[in-house]
Order: sequence, then structure tokens, then C-alpha cells
Amino acid sequence: MGARLPSMLKDAGLTAFVAAALGIFIVGFRTVDVGRGLTFDYHLVDLAVAVVTIFFGRLGLSLAANGLRWPAMALGAAMIAAGVSPLQLPSGFLHWFVALGGVLLVIRGAWPWANDAMAAAAKSPSGVVLGQAGAKWSGWLLLAAAVAMPFTPFADQKTMDLGVLILTYVMLGWGLNIVVGLAGLLDLGYVAFYAVGAYSYALLSTQHGLGFWTVLPLAGMMAALFGVVLGFPVLRLRGDYLAIVTLGFGEIIRLVILNWFDLTNGPAGIGSIPGPTLFGAVFAETPPAGKQTVSDMLGIPFDGNHRLIFLYYIILVLALITNLFTQRMRRLPVGRAWEALREDETACRALGINPTNTKLTAFAVGAMFAGFAGSFFAAKQRFISPESFVFIESAIILAIVVLGGMGSQIGVVLAAVLLIGLPEWFRDLGSYRMLAFGLAMVLIMVFRPRGLVAHREPSLRLHPVKPGGSG
Amino acid sequence: MAYFSQQLINAITLGAIYGLIAIGYTMVYGIIGMINFAHGEVFMIGAFISLIGFMICGMLGIGSAPVAILLVLLMAMAFSAVYGWAIERTAYRPLRGSFRLAPLISAIGVSIALQNYVQLVQGARPKPGGQIVSGGFNLFSADGFDVRVTWLQIIIVVVTVVLMAGFTWLIARTSLGRRQRACEQDMKMAALLGVNVDRTISLTFVLGAALAAVAGMLFLMYYGVIDFFIGFLAGIKAFTAAVLGGIGSLPGAMLGGLLIGLIEVFWAAYFSSEYKDVAAFAILVLVLIFRPSGLLGKPEIEKV
Repeated sequence: MGARLPSMLKDAGLTAFVAAALGIFIVGFRTVDVGRGLTFDYHLVDLAVAVVTIFFGRLGLSLAANGLRWPAMALGAAMIAAGVSPLQLPSGFLHWFVALGGVLLVIRGAWPWANDAMAAAAKSPSGVVLGQAGAKWSGWLLLAAAVAMPFTPFADQKTMDLGVLILTYVMLGWGLNIVVGLAGLLDLGYVAFYAVGAYSYALLSTQHGLGFWTVLPLAGMMAALFGVVLGFPVLRLRGDYLAIVTLGFGEIIRLVILNWFDLTNGPAGIGSIPGPTLFGAVFAETPPAGKQTVSDMLGIPFDGNHRLIFLYYIILVLALITNLFTQRMRRLPVGRAWEALREDETACRALGINPTNTKLTAFAVGAMFAGFAGSFFAAKQRFISPESFVFIESAIILAIVVLGGMGSQIGVVLAAVLLIGLPEWFRDLGSYRMLAFGLAMVLIMVFRPRGLVAHREPSLRLHPVKPGGSG
Repeated sequence: MAYFSQQLINAITLGAIYGLIAIGYTMVYGIIGMINFAHGEVFMIGAFISLIGFMICGMLGIGSAPVAILLVLLMAMAFSAVYGWAIERTAYRPLRGSFRLAPLISAIGVSIALQNYVQLVQGARPKPGGQIVSGGFNLFSADGFDVRVTWLQIIIVVVTVVLMAGFTWLIARTSLGRRQRACEQDMKMAALLGVNVDRTISLTFVLGAALAAVAGMLFLMYYGVIDFFIGFLAGIKAFTAAVLGGIGSLPGAMLGGLLIGLIEVFWAAYFSSEYKDVAAFAILVLVLIFRPSGLLGKPEIEKV
């Protein structure tokens, strides 16, 4: 240890120095508007605290990596204590920063033990049984929870809203999973198809008076058509070029929506979009001319929550259809071709699979589900504008798929709950949400490229892996 | 004619800025075959460091514009280079040998994180940079229209040309350039012959980031306003430039930058300014579909 400590200190010092160089201008001098000009707020003390934290954090990580778990954990505990102490740090964020750094260090220190314990538990006979049962039943349990959710006592308006939002992202995640997870095509413009679906419904309902259930399949087909038209010329391209081209297409569609004033009303958006109906009955307190309200039809007193519960079940069913469709597709030749293509395109071509057509089906199917979700989104919001369809939405959906483990269905659900649900519950951290998103994407690629919560397993293997083995 | 000449001058200025950013994309793509999606953010950070640098110069009472520009230029290059190095070290190097799309996804993560980092610490509002260089002269007059060249435009073009020349020399003549070209051709062979591959890749990022920072400073001086989101559009356009010129080719990046500048400025001047970004994206899509190897690039052969 004595010999290694100086090198660890040197390494930590270097890291802290780099952090200081990164932060000195951007963090240290905060530009503030004063009248028409700018002036500075100095935050050099913040920077110093952050740099010291980074120094100790890096030192702790090196200690843990060299097997010195106790010192690392002690350092982590000290950082947590400093973070939560009444010590006057210059900003609330720094308290979080220091404390979270400490938490990470403690976790890092305890990780090998936790890992060993988990592996041992998974290998023990009861662990194997439990693991198999978990793999088999966890999806059904989640489904049961989702179905029962509106009848639980804590299903107030806020929770239901959140539930609808999460399910929308689950559906989008599952749709994108077909493109990214199964077929291995990185689509950075997925939100464009979502926009096509949303604008299809908004325009057809407000201008031609068509209902939600009529437009839903049309919107899906419309989006799929866009997928084919856009996909056909570009799917010959290699993976990363494809990603940039889809990004370009996504932006083109958004800019066209933004500027084609006659059709889309430009940045002002389209308002008063009718919501979905239940067998022709609308969700409202007083029926519009010639319509019946749901509460009259069913003979129950009016409640504003009914509409939300109805929307919740629509999106739940739509999402489940997406999931079921994907599960079935994976067993069809075309689904197997998607996965084979993801693993090795050259080999596929040698085996006579037409890569362009195969990719095109994945692209179109993924686009179709985005179209469904889009028309649902328009019906739920009753107002849409180009602002809902910016690149960052595509990135969020991609982050859900990546975090869940590309190709894994249950992973998408957990990732959507994590990425959409958590920030909504912790509203105060709202502005840090996207920062955490970006960092999470990097960290997952570095440490768990196959996803945080699940593995990306091929549907079919030549030599099946034994359960409990190192698959 | 006068209107055309004026637009041409504006287009060359803009093209020079895009070209400087495009070099970063093209070099990184050439050496490790990845699209450094975060490069646009390095450009944005370079612009912010320049803004703060000019303000510090103002506070220290450095009144002479050339001295201030030179100081800020060096500062922005040095500190943005640290960003380039740190991004490569933390987000890309651990991914070498991971699956193909992993570095790109990681790069998108870096891009989102950097944008929000700057938004958090510097605020979301556009930052006015003030005018550092003003004035210019009339080139000629025709049709009652003065064709004007500003000193700033001259500075931008001169800085770009000097940096380009220096850079071409660096790649063609120095041992660093030789190592870099060796890694580009065959990384494993280069490593066997004693080239420190990791360090060469790091240096590529450092150089690319320094050039992006120069572009950021010029952008700040030219437009006078920056915000945390400028990296996204400028990054995509510069990437388009790199692809148009032939990714992996240095003269191609410069040529592509000029062409993108021309297309954008003339589209806005003669058609519609709302759709000028659509024009840039459409060019990107068309080039990738019909000539993926670009104007000056070599066609890529897929190896098994």
C-alpha cells in the first residue's frame, strides 16, 4: 500500500487539476445580464469545493480498485457527512454533489461483497427457483399492477397523469426497441413519426371531423408510410451514417411543421382537438350538441377522473399491443432476420437475406407504433405544437431503450419508470434531469453496455445457455 | 451583381467557421471511425470561454483589440482542448472494442450533458458578446448597392487560412502527423511499430477541440450572441460539411464547409430564410444517399 499511495495521490491530483481546468471559466465565472450588457458572478469557491470533492472521490475510487475497501468506504462516509452537515457550502447543489459522491464511493466499496452475495444467492437452489419464477412472473406482476392501478386509493389525478405519461413513453420505447434493439438501426429521428401521428389525428379531427378510433389506424399507416418513404433511400447506409440521416429527417419534419403555416398553424400549434370517445360517448360534464356523455350512458355521476382513467387504459392497451406484436414478430422469420442483421450484416447478406427490405420492415413497424402513440398524445393533450417534437424527445426515448438494455421488453418499462417517473416525483431536480440523462447514457455505455436492468439476448441460440451459467 | 458579391463574401465567412468545426469531425472519423456527436458542444463551450475571456480582458483593461483577440484565442483553444481530451478519455476510450453504436450513443449522452451543464451554470438566456472589432470598407458599388467587407470578416478568413495552413503542415510534415496518419491506416500495425495509439487519438481530439474553440470565438465575434444551444445546429452543419467534402479528408472538410456556407447563405438570400436549415439537412441526406464518400473522399470498402 505504501508504494501505491503516492501514485494514487498523483492520479487524484491530476484528475482534480483537469476538473479545475474544465470548470474555471464555465463554472467559476457566471455571466449575468445587467441591463443590456453582461457582468460576472464569481463562483470560484463553488469550483474549489467541487474540485476538492473530485480529488477525494477519485482517491476513494483508486483505493477501492486496489482492494482497500474500508478506507474507500470511510472516505465515502466522511463525504456523506460533509454533504448533509449544516456546514455552509456555497450552494445547495454542492451539498448534493458531495453527499452523492460519498454515496457512490460507499456503494463502490461495498460492491464486490454485494456482487458475491448476489451471485451466491443466484446459484443456491432456492435462488435458482426464485430467479426462474421471477423471470417468468415479473412481467405478469407488473401488468397486474398496471391494470389495478386506477382502483388503488392513491390514484389521484396527479398519479394518473403520470401513469399515462409513463405508459406513453413505454409504448414509444417498445416501438423504438424494434428499430434499435431488434434490428440494430440507430434511429435518432424517431420523434418525427410521433409527430406525423399526432398531426395526422389533429388535422383529420379538427378539419374533417373524424373520430379518434377512425384516425388511429390511419395515423399508424401514415407514419409507417413516412417510415418507408424516408427509410427506403437511407437504409443502405452504415449504422452511424443512418443515425445522422434519421436525425436530419427528424429535424426536417419538425422545421416543415414549424414553417408550413397554412397546414399546421406553425409554432402556434393546433388546439381544441377532440378527445377519444367511448362507443360514441364523450367525456364531459355537459354533452355537446348531438352527443351523449359517458356518465349519462353508464348512469354514473360525472367525475373528471373518468376521462383520465379511460385514457390510461387506452394507452395501456396500445402499449400491450406493441409488446405482443414485438414478441410475436421475434418468432417469425422476419423478426429473426432483424436480430441476425443486428449481429452481422455481411453474414446475413451471404445467407440470402435482403438487408434493405428487412431493415425497412423494422423501420416501418417502429414508425407505425410511434404514429399510434402520436395520435394518442394529440387526443390526450388536445393541443399540439412543434415544441413537443424536438430532438431531445428522440434522445429521451433512445435513452429509455439504451438504459433498459436494447432488445429487452421489461427493461424498457423499468427504464421508463426510472427516467420519466422519478424526475416527475422529484420536481425540484427538474433542471438537473437532462444533465443526469446525458451522464446516465455515457455511464451505461461505459459500464453496462447491454443495459442497466436487462440483458440483450438473441431470441434464438445455436447452443442454448444453461440456466445459472454465465450467459 | 452587387447583391451576389455581398452574399458571396458573407458565405465565405460563414463557410470558414463551418470548415474549422468540420475538421474536428473529419479527423476523429478518420482515425477511430466514430461520429463525435459532442463536437458541436465543444464549439459551444469554446464560444462561452471566449465570451468570458473577452469580459476578463475588458476588466483587466486590455484595450487593444489584437492583443485581446490573441489572448482569448489562445485561452479558448487551451481550455477547450482540455474538454476534448477529457471527453475522449472518459466517454470514448473505455468503449473501444464495444459494439459499433456504443460510442455514438455515448457521444449523444455527452452532448446532452454538456448542453445542460452550460445551461445550468451559465443560464439559458442568449448572451450578448458586444462588438470587439467594428468597421470595414466598401469594396465597390454597383446598382446603388455598396459591397462591404468588414474587418471582422477579414480577420475570420485570415485566422482560418493561417490555421488551415498550419494544420496541413502539422499533418503532412511533423512526426505527430505521421503517427496520426499511421493510426488512421492501420491502428494495430501502428501500435506494433511503436506508435502510442492512445496518445495519438487523444491528441486528435485535442487538436479538433482547439480548432472548434477558434470557430466558437469567431462565431461569437461574428454574430455577437451565443447561447447554450448553438452547438447543435452548428455541429450538424459542420458534420454535413465534413460528409460533403468526404469524411476523413482535411481539404474536403474545408471545401465542404465553404459549400455549406454558400448553400445556406444563398438559400436564405434568394429563396426563404425559414427553410435554410432544411436546405442544410436536405444536402446532408442527399449526399449520404447518392455519394456517401463525399466529394474528395475515398470510397470505403467493407471488410469482414
